[in-house]
Amino acid sequence: MSAVNVEMANTTTAVPSARRRPGFFARLWREKRLGAIGGLLLLFFLLCGIFAEVIAPYDYNEIMPLDRLQGPSAEHWFGTDNLGRDVLSRCLYGARLSVIIGCSAALLATVISALIGIVSGYFGGKVDMFVQRLVDAWMSFPELVVLIVVVSVLGPGMPQIIGTLGLGLGIAGSRIVRSAVVSVREHMYVHAAQSIGASSSRILWRHVLPNVMPPLIVLLTTRVGSAILAESGLSFLGLGVPPPAPTWGSMLSGSGRTFMFQGPWLALAPGLCLTAVVYATNVFGDALRDLLDPRMRGSR
Amino acid sequence: MKSYVLRRLLALVPTLILASIIVFVTVRLIPGDIIELMLSQNDLAADSKSREQVVAALGLDKPMWEQYFTWISGIVLHGDLGKSLWQGTPVTEQLLARMPVTFELGAIAMLVGLVIALPIGIYSAIRQDTAGDYIARSFSILLLAVPSFWLGTMVVVFPSIWWGWSPSVDFVPFTKDPVENIKNLLLPGVVLGAALSAITMRMTRTMMLEVLRQDYIRTAWAKGLTEKLVIVRHALRNALIPVVTLVGLQAPLLIGGAVIIEQIFIIPGMGLLLLEAVQKRDYPIVTGVFLAVGVAVMLINLLVDLTYGLLDPKVRMGS
Repeated sequence: MSAVNVEMANTTTAVPSARRRPGFFARLWREKRLGAIGGLLLLFFLLCGIFAEVIAPYDYNEIMPLDRLQGPSAEHWFGTDNLGRDVLSRCLYGARLSVIIGCSAALLATVISALIGIVSGYFGGKVDMFVQRLVDAWMSFPELVVLIVVVSVLGPGMPQIIGTLGLGLGIAGSRIVRSAVVSVREHMYVHAAQSIGASSSRILWRHVLPNVMPPLIVLLTTRVGSAILAESGLSFLGLGVPPPAPTWGSMLSGSGRTFMFQGPWLALAPGLCLTAVVYATNVFGDALRDLLDPRMRGSR
Repeated sequence: MKSYVLRRLLALVPTLILASIIVFVTVRLIPGDIIELMLSQNDLAADSKSREQVVAALGLDKPMWEQYFTWISGIVLHGDLGKSLWQGTPVTEQLLARMPVTFELGAIAMLVGLVIALPIGIYSAIRQDTAGDYIARSFSILLLAVPSFWLGTMVVVFPSIWWGWSPSVDFVPFTKDPVENIKNLLLPGVVLGAALSAITMRMTRTMMLEVLRQDYIRTAWAKGLTEKLVIVRHALRNALIPVVTLVGLQAPLLIGGAVIIEQIFIIPGMGLLLLEAVQKRDYPIVTGVFLAVGVAVMLINLLVDLTYGLLDPKVRMGS
C-alpha cells in the first residue's frame, strides 16, 4: 500500500494546485466511501489468507466423521461438509489460495500489460500494427477456454494457472496502457527529452512509465478480481489447484455438490466469499480510477 | 458501405491467421510431453494404442512448420479438423453437432441480459441520482460480482430443497421439440445472462446520460415534446448505438461462461465437448473447439461492426 502512495506522489506533479496534504487515503475515505470500504474488505481477506493458520479453528483437512454435514453452529460457524471438515476453516485457507493466485496473476498481468502497451504505444508504426492484430486475435479467446486448454496440456497446478492468467489478462489489458501511452507520447516533456537526445529506454523509464502509473494501478486492482474469478471457475470445473487444497471454486463442485441438497450451507459460504472479494475489488478499483485517472471512467 | 464491408473483411484475415497460430502453438509448443501424459492418464489408450501410433495420429513425427501447414490447409481446403483420437469420428462433425446448442444458449442469455438491462439502465439515467437510480446501480455492481457458476449452483440446489423442483437434465434438441428445448435452455440462459446484464446496464446508463446532455435533446424539450417522445425517439435511438458493440465485446464472455453453465445443467454444447475431450486428452477435439470458439467470436465481432456501420453513418464514412 505504501508503494501506491509513493507512485501517487510522483504522478500528481502534473496538477500543481492540488495540495496533497489531506492524504490519499483520507481523500478516498471522504470522496469514495464505498470504494474505501471495498479496499478494507480486500485487506480483510488478504489478512485472512495470510493468517489462515492462526485464525482457522480447525485444519482445512481435519476429518471429523462424527460431525459430518452439520449446520452452522457455535463450534462450526459455517457448518461442516460431507467429510466433517470445518467449512469456515476451509474458506479461510481458500482465501489464501485465492489471494496468492489473484495477486500474483494480477501483478504479472500488469507487468505484461505495461511492457506490451508501452512498446506498442510509444514506437507505433509497424510494431504497433502487428502487436495490435495479435492482441485482437488473443482477445477472441475466452479466458476460461484458454485456461482449460493450457491445463489440459500441462496438467493442473498453481504455476501454470498464474502464468496463463497473467499472460492472458496482461495481453487484454495492454490496450488500456497503450492508449494512455499514445497520449503521453505527444506531451511537451517527452518531445523535450527526445530533442536533447535522451535514449528511448531512458524516456520510457523516466518519462512515460511514471505518467501511465495511474491506469496501471487501476489495472492491477481490477485484475485481482478477474484472476480470482477465473481461477475459481477453473477449480469449479475440477481443473484448478488439485485437492486436498481447498479452493472456493472446488468447494462448490465435485463431491460436495451431491451433499448440498442435505446441507445447503455448503453452497453458501464459498460463493459468498467469492462474491464479496470480487465486489470489493470492483468498487475499490472504480474508486481508484475515479480518483487517479478520470480519463478511464466508463471503461472496463 | 460496400468498401466498408470489404475493409472489415480484409482486416479479419491477419487476425484469423494469428489466431490459428495461437491455437496451434498453445496446444503443441507447451513444454511437457503430451504423449506421456496421454498414455499415463488414459487407460483406454495404454492397451489399444502404442506410443508410435498416437504420435503418427497427431502428426507429431514431422517438423513443427510442416505440422502447422498440414493442419491449416486441411481446415481451409476441406474443413477438416482431424479425427477424434479415441472414437475416430471427424472433429468437424462433432463440432457442428454441438455448436448450435451453445449458440442458442448464448443468444438466449444475451436476450435475457438485454431485457433486464435496457429498461433498468434507461430508468437509471432519466432518474439520475434518485433512490431508484442508486438501487439500480448498487444492484448492477453486485450482480457483476456474483460468479455465474455459484448462481447456477444455487438455482439447482435451493428450489429442489424448498419445493422439490429441479431443472430437467434430459436435453431435447430444438429440431425435435422447440418448446421443450427452449424450456431446457431458459434457466441456464437467465443464469448466464444475469452477469452480462450488469455490464449492459452500466453502459446503457452512461450512454443515455451522455445523450441526454446534448443540444438536440434540449431542443426537443424546448419544442414542448412529451417525455416519452424525447426519451424514445430522440435519446434512446442514439444512445443504443454504442450498446450494440457490447454484443461483440460480450461474445467471449458468453462462450466462456457457457462452458461452466453447460457443465452445471448438462447441456450438450461446445463447452461440454471441450471438457469431455480434456478429460480424455483427445487433443484433436480440444484443438478443434479452441479454434472454433476463437473464430466464432471473431465472426460475431465482424457482424457487430457491420451492423454498427449500418446504424451509424459516421462509422462507415470515417477512416
